Amino acid sequence: MNYHVYIATERKEAILDPQGKATHHALDSLGISQVNDVRIGKFIRLAVNADSKENAQAIAEESSRKLLSNPIMETFRILEITEASSKGGSY
Amino acid sequence: MRTRIIVFPGSNCDHDAMHAVKNVLKNPDTEFIWHKEESIGKNIDLVILPGGFSYGDYLRTGAIARFSPVMKEVIKFADNGGTVIGICNGFQVLCESGLLPGVLIRNEALKFRCKWVNLRAENTDTRFTNSLLPGEVIKIPIAHGEGFYMADPEVIENLESNKQVVFRYSSDGGEIISEANPNGSFNNIAGIINKEGNVLGMMPHPERACEAILGSNDGRKIFSSLMRHFEFIRETKAAA
Repeated sequence: MNYHVYIATERKEAILDPQGKATHHALDSLGISQVNDVRIGKFIRLAVNADSKENAQAIAEESSRKLLSNPIMETFRILEITEASSKGGSY
Repeated sequence: MRTRIIVFPGSNCDHDAMHAVKNVLKNPDTEFIWHKEESIGKNIDLVILPGGFSYGDYLRTGAIARFSPVMKEVIKFADNGGTVIGICNGFQVLCESGLLPGVLIRNEALKFRCKWVNLRAENTDTRFTNSLLPGEVIKIPIAHGEGFYMADPEVIENLESNKQVVFRYSSDGGEIISEANPNGSFNNIAGIINKEGNVLGMMPHPERACEAILGSNDGRKIFSSLMRHFEFIRETKAAA
C-alpha cells in the first residue's frame, strides 16, 4: 500500500526565525495587525510504501528523526497520513 | 603532510585548500577525493572538508553531504583519532554528522557576510594551533550566510570548560565584543574542536589567507601547526 505522509518541521521557539520575523513585519505593513507572530518551517510529503498506516508512520518518524529535522534546532510533526493512488509520488 | 580534500557536489573551496596545502605549504601528497569514493586511502594525516554549498544547502546546510559514501570513512577515520578539519560548509557537515556538537544557523543579521575578521586564539594547546601564541589575534576571511554557532546551554558550558573553543571573533586588539561578531554566534565562537582534539570545525577560511598578496598569511599558522604536529609524531615513532 502507498501512503502519503505529510510532515512539518519547525524551529524550536527559542531559535530565531528571521524569515518569520520579516514576514510578520510585512503583514504589519499590509495593515494585518492582528497577527502576533509568524514562524516559518518546512512542509514535506513522503510517498511511502508500507503494509499499514502505522508502519508508514513509523517510517516517516524514523526519516524525520534521522534526516528531515535536526533535533538541536527543530521539532517535527506528522500532520496527516493518507492512502495514495497505487503509483504514489504525485497528486 | 598527506592530505585528502573531500569534494562534494557544490564544494567550491576545494581548490583553494589544494592550492594552500600543496603549493603554498609544499605538501606534494595532497589529493582530492570525490564524495562517491568509499575509501580515503591509507596512512592519511589530514582530511579537509572544504567550504562551499554541498548539495545546494538543500534541507539544511551540510545535512545531505553527511550521508555521502565517503563520509562513512571520514567518520571512521575521525573516530580512530584521524585529524579532520572542516572549514565553513565543512564545519556545517561536521556538526550534522555528529563529529562536532551544535549547529550553524542563519546569520543573526540575515546577511551573507564576506569580509576579513579577527580571530583570537583561545586554545593553543591543540594540533591545529600549536604555532600560535595564547591570545594571538589572526586575520582570516569569512564568507557565509549560515555561521551562527549555537548549541544547548549545557553543550556550550562543556565546550568552554573543556577548552574546546579554539577561536573567537574579536576586535583587532583581541577584545571579545559583540561588534566583532559577524553572525551572532554564542560566545563569539568561530571554531571548536571535539573533546579528543582531533577534529576542528571553523567558519573562517584559513586556506584563503596563506599568502601576503591575498591580504594575510595568518591562515598558514593553522596548517603549519598541523605539519609540525605530524612531523613530531613521525620523529617520535622513528625514535621508538
